[in-house]
Amino acid sequence: MSRLTDTNVAIAHEIIARYPRPKSALIPLLHLSQEQNGYVTDDAMKHIAELVGVTPAEVLGTASFYEMFKFEPVGKYVINICGTMSCALMGSEELLHHAEHRLGVKAGGTTADGMFTIEHAECQAACTEAPCLQVNYRYRFRMTTQQLDVLIDDLAAGKLAEEIPPHGTLARVRQHIPADRSVGAVPPEAPGQEPVWMNGKAAL
Amino acid sequence: MTGTYAHAAGFYAGDRPKIVTSRFEYADSHTLERYLATDGYKGLRAALSRSAADVHEEVKNATVLGRGGAGFPAGTKWGLMPQGNFPRYLVVNGDESEPGTYKDRLLMERDPHQLIEGCLIACYAAGLTRCFLYIRGEMATAQERVAAALNEAYAAGYVGRNILGSNFSVDIVLHWGAGAYVVGEETALIESLEGNRGMPRLKPPYFPAAIGLYGQPTIVNNVETLANLPWLARNGAEAYTAIGTKTSPGTRMVAVSGHVKRPGVYEIVNGTTTFRDLLYGDEFCQGIRNGNKLKAFVPGGGSAPWFLPDQLDLPFEASQVGPAGSMLGSGAIMVMDETTDIPHAALTLTRFYAHESCGKCTPCREGGTWLERILTRIVEGNGTDADLEQLIEVGTSICPGDFPHASSERLGLTAVPFPYKMTTICFVGPSAYAPVNSALTLFPEEFESRVTKRNRIPVTAVGGE
Repeated sequence: MSRLTDTNVAIAHEIIARYPRPKSALIPLLHLSQEQNGYVTDDAMKHIAELVGVTPAEVLGTASFYEMFKFEPVGKYVINICGTMSCALMGSEELLHHAEHRLGVKAGGTTADGMFTIEHAECQAACTEAPCLQVNYRYRFRMTTQQLDVLIDDLAAGKLAEEIPPHGTLARVRQHIPADRSVGAVPPEAPGQEPVWMNGKAAL
Repeated sequence: MTGTYAHAAGFYAGDRPKIVTSRFEYADSHTLERYLATDGYKGLRAALSRSAADVHEEVKNATVLGRGGAGFPAGTKWGLMPQGNFPRYLVVNGDESEPGTYKDRLLMERDPHQLIEGCLIACYAAGLTRCFLYIRGEMATAQERVAAALNEAYAAGYVGRNILGSNFSVDIVLHWGAGAYVVGEETALIESLEGNRGMPRLKPPYFPAAIGLYGQPTIVNNVETLANLPWLARNGAEAYTAIGTKTSPGTRMVAVSGHVKRPGVYEIVNGTTTFRDLLYGDEFCQGIRNGNKLKAFVPGGGSAPWFLPDQLDLPFEASQVGPAGSMLGSGAIMVMDETTDIPHAALTLTRFYAHESCGKCTPCREGGTWLERILTRIVEGNGTDADLEQLIEVGTSICPGDFPHASSERLGLTAVPFPYKMTTICFVGPSAYAPVNSALTLFPEEFESRVTKRNRIPVTAVGGE
C-alpha cells in the first residue's frame, strides 16, 4: 500500500506537466512519496517510474544520491544537529553527544519507539545562529543542552505537532499554476522561436 | 533565544544603503501586500516599458557581479548565449549550502517577491522562456514562502501569460532539492533539475549559457544576484554604481559567524568595507567575544583559504583579496578566536567536503576521505609526523603546485595568490584541502605539538658498521 494515493497521483501529474521533460519531476515526486509514507518505499519508486516513464532502477539511481531520501523507516522526528565549522566552534559536538545520551542511540540511529532519529548533519545555512539544529527541517537556533531536553520533551508530548509535521513533509504550501495563466512547458526538441517581446517593440 | 526569526536585530541597524534587505524590518515582508506597498513590481513595470535589449544593457552597465561565489558579471553572462537558439532557460540557484553562508535563504524567506521580480526582469532582458527556481531541500520555510508568493503573483497577473497585459510571458516553476552540496555547482544543478544524480558535467563547455538544461542555452544565476535587479530597474545603473567601487559596485550580503560578539547577516557596501569594519565595527559584529584576540578567519565560505589578523584591513574587493591568497566567495566569514583548536576547526570543514564529494573525480572522492581520516587521527592524538607529509601529498594530488595562502608576519610568510590548479571538475575537492593547507601553513606548531615523532631506524643500521 505504499504506491502513491489517488490524491497524490493528481498532484504528481500537475507537477510533471510543468517540466519540458517528465524526468525532471523525479525529486519532487520522491518528496511527495516520502511525505505520504515517511520514507521512500520500493513500491513508491516503481509507481514514480511508471508516472515519469523511466525504469525503477533510474528512480533509485537518482534517489540514492540525495541524503534527504530515506529508504527505511526513520523516526517521526528527524533531528539534524549541525557539525560544520560555525556550529562546531559554538559547541555543537556537545549538543550531539547530549542527544545521543538522552535518546540512547548513536547519530544515524532511531529510538525503539520510532519517535526520534538523530543525525550528524552538515551546514544548514544558519551559521550566525550556532549551534543550530533542524527537526524535520524546521530550525532551532542557538541551542543549549537544556533547550534540547525541553525540545525533546515537547516533541514527545505532541506539543509541537502544529509547527512541525511528521518526517517527510517539507513545504505545506504547494505551488499551483492556474491553467488560464500558465504559459505551459514545451519539449526542448520543439523548434523554438525568438520570444515575441525580443523583437525590439516595447512590451508595455 | 530560539525561534525562526530571533536573529533579526543586526540586519537593519545603521543607515547603510540597502538594496536587497530593505524590507527585512517588516514582519510581513514576504507578502504581496507589503511588497506592493514598498515599490514592489515597479522595477518590472519600468523594465517592460523599455526594450529587452535596453534592460540587458542597463544590467551590463551596472556590472552586477554574481553573488554565488565566482563573481562573474550577470549582464556579461547573459550575453554568452548563442543567437537564435530557443527555448532558453533561467535556472535560479537557491541551493545555498556553502559552510558559513546564508543570505539566499533569508532573501527567499523574507522577500520572495523581490526574487520573483528579479527572475522576471532577467527573463525579459535575456529572452528566457521558462524559469526554474531551485531551492535547497532542507529549506522548508523558504520553499513554503516562495510557493505562497508565486501563487499570489500568478493570481495577480505578475507571472505567467501576458504579464501586466504585455506581450511578455514566462512561467516560474518552483523546484526543490533533496540534500547535496555539490548541486550548488551550476552544471550539477542542471543535472539535478533533469532528474539525475547531481554530479557536475565535464567541461568544456565552461558555461551552460551555450549548452545547459536539456542541452539548450541556460542562464544559472544566484538568488542574491537576481534580487538586485528590481532595485536596479527602478533606479538605474548610475545609481547602482554610485554605491561601492567601480569594479565592485552595489552592496553584498555577508554572514559573519563564529566567535564574534554580534554574529549576523549584514548588507555591506561592496569594495570599500574592510574585514576590520565588519568584525570590529559598532554597527556590525562589535568585536571578538569576551574581548578575546582574533586568531584567524575564513573570508569567503568554507572553500576559501584562511586569513590572519594581518589581513584585516583588506576591503571586500576581489582584485585585492585574490593576490592576498584567498577569495570573497559566497560572502561568509567564520571567525576563530584565540581559544580555537586549529586542527580540530580544519577537520570540521574537511569532513564537510569529504562527506559532500559526489564521487565523480578520483582525487576528490579518495583524497577528501583520506584528508578527513588523517586529520581525525591527528586531532584524536594518534597522528605521527608522517601523517603531516601525507596530508600535503594527498592535497597536492588534488591541487598540484603551490596552494594559495595568506602572508604572515609572525611566520615570515609571503602570500601565494588565488586561484589554485586542480585535478577535479569542480571545486569540492580543492575545498576539502583548503582548510587543511591553511591550518598547516599558518599554524604549523599546533600540528607539530600534536603528533608523535617517529625516528625511523634503517634496517642496515641494526648491528652497525
